[in-house]
Amino acid sequence: MNDTVDVKTLTIDGHEVSGRRGQTILEVARENDIEIPTLCHLDGLGDVGACRICMVEIAGSAKLLPACVATIFEGMEVLTNTERLQKYRRNILELLFAERNHVCSVCVSNGHCELQTLAQQQGLTHVRLPYRNPQLAVDASHERFTLDHNRCILCTRCVRVCAEIEGAHVWDVMGRGIDCTIISDLHQDWGSSSCTRCGKCVQVCPTGALFDKSKIGSDHPKYPDFLPYLNLMREAQ
Amino acid sequence: MSKLKLATVWLDGCSGCHMSFLDMDERLIDLAELVDLVYSPIVDTKVFPDYVDIALVEGAVASVDDEAKIKKIRAHSRILVAMGDCAITGNVPAMRNPIGPDAILDRAYIENASAQPQIPCVGVPRLLKIVRPIHEFVKVDVFLPGCPPSADTFHTALTALITGEPLDIPEITRFGA
Repeated sequence: MNDTVDVKTLTIDGHEVSGRRGQTILEVARENDIEIPTLCHLDGLGDVGACRICMVEIAGSAKLLPACVATIFEGMEVLTNTERLQKYRRNILELLFAERNHVCSVCVSNGHCELQTLAQQQGLTHVRLPYRNPQLAVDASHERFTLDHNRCILCTRCVRVCAEIEGAHVWDVMGRGIDCTIISDLHQDWGSSSCTRCGKCVQVCPTGALFDKSKIGSDHPKYPDFLPYLNLMREAQ
Repeated sequence: MSKLKLATVWLDGCSGCHMSFLDMDERLIDLAELVDLVYSPIVDTKVFPDYVDIALVEGAVASVDDEAKIKKIRAHSRILVAMGDCAITGNVPAMRNPIGPDAILDRAYIENASAQPQIPCVGVPRLLKIVRPIHEFVKVDVFLPGCPPSADTFHTALTALITGEPLDIPEITRFGA
C-alpha cells in the first residue's frame, strides 16, 4: 500500500463513511455494516451487475446505480433502502419468480435458497404478475451434478466461478432476453463437456438450479465461503 | 362480541394446509371460543354460507369448478386468506402448466391404465389449461405462504385477524416454509 491512498468521504443512509478510490458502494457499505441486498454478487467473484437487486439512489441523480459495480466518489450521498428501491427490489424478485418455474416446496434448495430468503426479507408474499410457465430442460447428464433450468435466475455466478477461479470456462450464456440460458461448452450436455468436476458452480449457485445428485429432499446447503479464502491463498503465493 | 364466522375451503391442493391447521391442537379449543367454523371440509355444511368473516382458501384454481367456487367465496367473504403456496403461487398443482392438462390426463388414464383406458368426463369438472393462483381470479386480502404454513403460523395469523392486531407475515412464514 502506498502512502498516497486516495480516500473518498461520502454518506450512506446518512452515515458518514470513507473508502479508497475505486472501491464500490457495496464494499464500503458492508465495511461499515450497512446491508445492501444482493443476489448475483458473491464475495470472491468479479461483479457484473446482472440482477439489479443492489440498486441504490444517489442524491442529485435520477438514475439508480448498482452498488456492486458503481464506485464511490467524493461527497457522494447514497440511499440504500428507500421506498422506491424497496418497490423495485420486490418487482425484480416478482419478475424472477414469474419468469421460470420456481417451486420452493419441492426444491432441493428449499430453506437454503438465496432467492427464497431474499423474497422473505423484502416482504414478498405473492407474485402479482402472471407466471410464464415455460417448458425448460433439466440436464442430468453429469455423473455428479444436475442443472435444472427451471430454477436458474441467470445470475452467472457459475459462469464466473468456472472461468475466473477454476479456469475451465465450461459455463457460458447463450441467447438473448427471455431465451437467455446457461450452456456448457458449445451448448452440449454437461456430462460430455470439458467440466473438471470441481463442483464450485454448485456451491456458488444461489438457488437449486445447480445441485449435487447425492443430495435428497431439501438437505442441500451451499458453502460459497471458500472463495475469498481461496483467492487470499492464491494471492499469497 | 358475537363469534366471527370462519370458513375453510379446499381447492387444488393436497389438504396439507388443513392438516397443519388441525396441528394447532389444543389451541383449536381456544379458537372455537372466538369463531364458528361455518363451512369446511371438516364440517358437514355443503353450501358456502351467505356471509363469512374469514375464509381460508387452500389450493390453486385448476378446474372450472375451482373457478366457480373461488368467485362465490369472494362474493360472500369479508376477509379472504390465500392459505399456503398452492393458493398463492400454484405450487405443485401448477407444475403441470408447461406440459398441459391433456398430456397429464393421457399419462394417468390412458398410457398407464391397465384396464379400460379412458379419460374421466362424467361427474368431474373440466380442467383449466393453466393452474393459477387464486389472486389471478379474485381479490385476496391476506397471503399466508408456506407448504404448508406451520400450525404456529396459523395461530399467529388467525389470532391477529380475529383481534384486528397488526400482522407481519414475512416475519412468520415464506414460500416453501
